[in-house]
Amino acid sequence: MDAFTTPLLAGTASGALLLIAALGLSLTFGQMGVINMAHGEFLMVGAYTAYVTQQVVTNADLSILIALPVAFVVAGLLGLLLEVAVISWMYRRPLDTLLVTVGVSLVLQQLAKDIFGAQGDPVVGPGWLEGTIPVFGYNWPLRQIFTVVLAVGALAALAALLKYTSFGRQIRATVQNRDLAETMGVSTRVVDRITFFVGSGLAGLGGVAVSLISGTNPNLGRAYIISAFLVVVAGGLGQLKGTVIAAFAVGVVTAFFADWTSAAMAQVATFALVVLFLQLRPQGLFTVRTRGLT
Amino acid sequence: MSPRNLSLLRTFAPLLGIAVLAVVMLVVAPAVLSPFRLNSLGKYTCWAIAAVGIGLAWGRGGMLVLGQGVFFGLGGYAMAMHLKLEAAGPGNVPDFMVLYGDGTMPGFWEPFRSGPFTIFAILALPAAVATVIGWAIFKRRVKGAYFAILTQAMAVVFATLLVATIKETGGFNGLNQFTQFFGYNLYDPVNKQMVYSITVGLLLVCLLIVWQLYRSRFGELLVATRDAEERVRFLGHDPANIKLVAFVVAAMMASVGGAMFAPIAGIISPSDVDATASIFLIAGVALGGRALFLGPALGALTVGYGRTALSEAFPNQWTYFLGALFVVVILLLPRGVGDLPRLVRTTLDRRTSA
Repeated sequence: MDAFTTPLLAGTASGALLLIAALGLSLTFGQMGVINMAHGEFLMVGAYTAYVTQQVVTNADLSILIALPVAFVVAGLLGLLLEVAVISWMYRRPLDTLLVTVGVSLVLQQLAKDIFGAQGDPVVGPGWLEGTIPVFGYNWPLRQIFTVVLAVGALAALAALLKYTSFGRQIRATVQNRDLAETMGVSTRVVDRITFFVGSGLAGLGGVAVSLISGTNPNLGRAYIISAFLVVVAGGLGQLKGTVIAAFAVGVVTAFFADWTSAAMAQVATFALVVLFLQLRPQGLFTVRTRGLT
Repeated sequence: MSPRNLSLLRTFAPLLGIAVLAVVMLVVAPAVLSPFRLNSLGKYTCWAIAAVGIGLAWGRGGMLVLGQGVFFGLGGYAMAMHLKLEAAGPGNVPDFMVLYGDGTMPGFWEPFRSGPFTIFAILALPAAVATVIGWAIFKRRVKGAYFAILTQAMAVVFATLLVATIKETGGFNGLNQFTQFFGYNLYDPVNKQMVYSITVGLLLVCLLIVWQLYRSRFGELLVATRDAEERVRFLGHDPANIKLVAFVVAAMMASVGGAMFAPIAGIISPSDVDATASIFLIAGVALGGRALFLGPALGALTVGYGRTALSEAFPNQWTYFLGALFVVVILLLPRGVGDLPRLVRTTLDRRTSA
């Protein structure tokens, strides 16, 4: 039982992290076709926000709770800045946004190195997250459960936003048919900007969760960005449910392979599985159906 | 000039460019540069060879290949394994295997004792890997950003795998301390210059190959596929095959570059082949002009030189420059610096006609 539950639960937690990271990516990729390679660095920004908050509010029990909204806003504003300063100039060349944001991510990583040092800093977890809960014989750390709760909370909030608010309707309209949405009076430019803010902010939230598990690190984003993109690719664009299923699937599958073989072989296996999966469903799990050719 | 002469010039201008490059790199550079600098230039040349392939796949084929480090690494490690075995001598195993393992050599190392097999592997390995992956991706019409992300994931996976297999591939340290190159002592400056000249020769060969490819029907189909894949399909061609050929050729060129990189740099390690290294290869191509004939090679040489010069002057700030280069070039000069003359000309034309 243990050999089964341990990877399952640990994989669920890493899947939850992937989900927070991939939600923002899937939003911006699905809506604008923008591939933001700097998204991983927004995770890093979130982690450093948690660290800095802890320097100001030394009470660890409190500081994480404060860090969550602060990280959301800081990462979100950074994303907004990126959108306004760079990406909004190149909506006609989506593939090129990938390279530009690669440059941005290099700069952000080096900035973090210069400001906080290359070593990375620990973030003290709050007391109420110490300890474990036994689940089917596996002592599930509360920090991992916190990640899952955070991811599910973020997902629920995002889903509610998309489904029930008028802004959510505008986003969905823009994803489905940009020109038609524009004709109906939706300012797609504004919608794009706010989407970018929300997507980047979600990454900031994820960063706080990461900082609790592995502390801060200038290269922290790199570890997540590719897996998060694989999740987006496998999940399909334009719908949340694909991203959700793919995130947990990738997290759990990787954990099982890591348990059976090694962490490195698990990465190889996951990559191979995603490529194989694309043989079956080249568009990913779910996709918005269109009659377009491409 | 008459139109006929002009079109002749258009056709053979690339050849002229190759000739000038050959003279500069084979005659002028060895005469004026110190052996150390010449060796550095050799390193940039290896990147330039890979860049020529990227120009073919990305510039002409529209496939953003973010994982060329994998193929660079396949060639580099294949060559490094041979050099390592040469240094160890017949019957012996490479030093690091005794250091980290129990001194037994994994079976896949054995054929690399043979020089001809190594050369065969340098060409066949990347071709095989690129064919399998390219086939799987292109046949299912996965393209654009999906393709770019998959290739980058491939680079991440490859580097992770190398780091994790310290007993088989030297792990994080990679393979280094080569003494001989196919029987020639690598400590001898004359032999070092020979390796450099071979590398430049290979770059010129790769340039000649893409020159012919661009002139051929295949080259036209490739550009057509980049610009309107569906139309090419409707005309009865299979875009997957066209892209696959370009991808495989690009992979082989990257592998050749990597193979020469090992003896010139004296080391090949995961950091030479990971996702960051792959992105570095792209930077030169973007700077020089992805779709231009000489753009990728010259861009890669420039970025390689810039990396050395800037790292010497500002050890910590090099990354800022690389990042800024991406942002500025892609944002303002998407066709690369090589496109500047055309930009200036069109701006002037507009002025005069207005």
